[in-house]
Amino acid sequence: MAAAHRVAAIAVSGSPGRRDVLQNLAAVTGCCNTGGMERQEVPGASGLLSEVAAAEAELRAAADRDRGGDGAGVAAGDELAAYFDEVVGADQKIEPRDWMPEAYRKGLVRQIAQHAHSEIIGMQPEGNWLSRAPSLARKAILLAKVQDEAGHGLYLYAAAETLGVSRAELFDKLLSGRQKYSSIFNYPTLTWADVGAIGWLVDGAAIVNQVPLCRCSYGPYARAMIRICKEESFHQRQGFDLLYTLARGTDEQRAMAQDAVDRWWYPSLAMFGPPDAESTHSTQSMAWKIKRFSNDELRQKFVDMTAQQAEVLGLNLPDEALGYDQPSGHWRYTQPDFGELMRVISGDGPCNRQRIEHRRRAHDDGAWVRDSAAAYAAKQRTRKAAA
Amino acid sequence: MTVENGQSTVDSQDWPLWEVFVRPRRGLAHSHVGSLHASDAELAVRNARDLYTRRQEGVSIWVVPAAAITASSPDEKDAFFEPAGDKVYRHPTFYPVPEGVEHL
Repeated sequence: MAAAHRVAAIAVSGSPGRRDVLQNLAAVTGCCNTGGMERQEVPGASGLLSEVAAAEAELRAAADRDRGGDGAGVAAGDELAAYFDEVVGADQKIEPRDWMPEAYRKGLVRQIAQHAHSEIIGMQPEGNWLSRAPSLARKAILLAKVQDEAGHGLYLYAAAETLGVSRAELFDKLLSGRQKYSSIFNYPTLTWADVGAIGWLVDGAAIVNQVPLCRCSYGPYARAMIRICKEESFHQRQGFDLLYTLARGTDEQRAMAQDAVDRWWYPSLAMFGPPDAESTHSTQSMAWKIKRFSNDELRQKFVDMTAQQAEVLGLNLPDEALGYDQPSGHWRYTQPDFGELMRVISGDGPCNRQRIEHRRRAHDDGAWVRDSAAAYAAKQRTRKAAA
Repeated sequence: MTVENGQSTVDSQDWPLWEVFVRPRRGLAHSHVGSLHASDAELAVRNARDLYTRRQEGVSIWVVPAAAITASSPDEKDAFFEPAGDKVYRHPTFYPVPEGVEHL
């Protein structure tokens, strides 16, 4: 709960009176949540966080290290390519103005844009519950989380822009469906427990996916991911905490939590993408150190982490075949329906049209704010010039 | 992305790009944390506060129009910084210190 307390406090910093009120509320919630029991640590989460810290340390260490060669007098295309390979090979970062293969640039734009779009569209399913959160403390936490998603989207758009695309171009491609966002956000949030399931499962899966990206060979993306992952762990914690509370509530609350987990489990597994054999972008991404692990490896890691957490929660993962395999040290599990994943990605999920429609409306509704700010800035410039 | 001077085209997409620098604590230097778009400097500072200091990451923010930054070219990096390459005598460690000398 420490993270939640801090968030509640930060959310209203600047008004001391209200801060106290909220902190007290958060403290009370914390007390009710645990019901006097020892709160168990979420298994796996701290390990992932230390991986983020390690990636950050590695980034600094790589910057201090010398590359294999010094790339003196580079000019010809071959030499540029060799230099690029050398930098990537030495686990150093490629920076915006460095030469890079066109396919590397394009692939990164596609991936970072898709990632940014996912953060922005991802605000909608949870935003749906902001006005109906069951307490002020929960509302403050959810607000902070949804605000974080907006921030993550902006970090990522900024990273994509360093590759020579404009923000307008990216928005346009999202709204016209030419760039995708994660399939998971096309599922509806039917109950309050869905907010918990998204935090625990969806953000949990996102963290497993994103932690290796902190070591990505493209500097701006790696740095954005380090920032994001540090913030993301609060998201997973609050989701776990929410479900933990419901799982220890009334029968209805418990049933609501179980129902949410039942609905979000397989879509969360599908977030890791198609099985390795069918993954189109993987091989080259691995060679360029954009991607570090295969879809199936990451999916397995997520299952291993989550199966254990489900036991602590006292909720069932909806998979009869789920079981620990002693010899391999991994959990056996049933694969998600990849046919469904493909259908949802190609536009035929439960909420695809609604999500894009909402984004378009939000963008249009915000036009007057952007116009006013631009007009004001222009007026100020004119006045300054006249003075 | 260029900074548009004069009349705005009244579209957020033409909001200039700003580079953001945050001083984490008193006594530390401002360091670059990322960039954002804003219509003017004042809003850039406010946006930077909302985007880069949601968790009390800083005590001071600088914003600089990205277009105002002149950078050395990475292609010329080696030639550009070459003059310092053969001047190892600028480092104190270049000089042997005889046994027994203190406070040097």
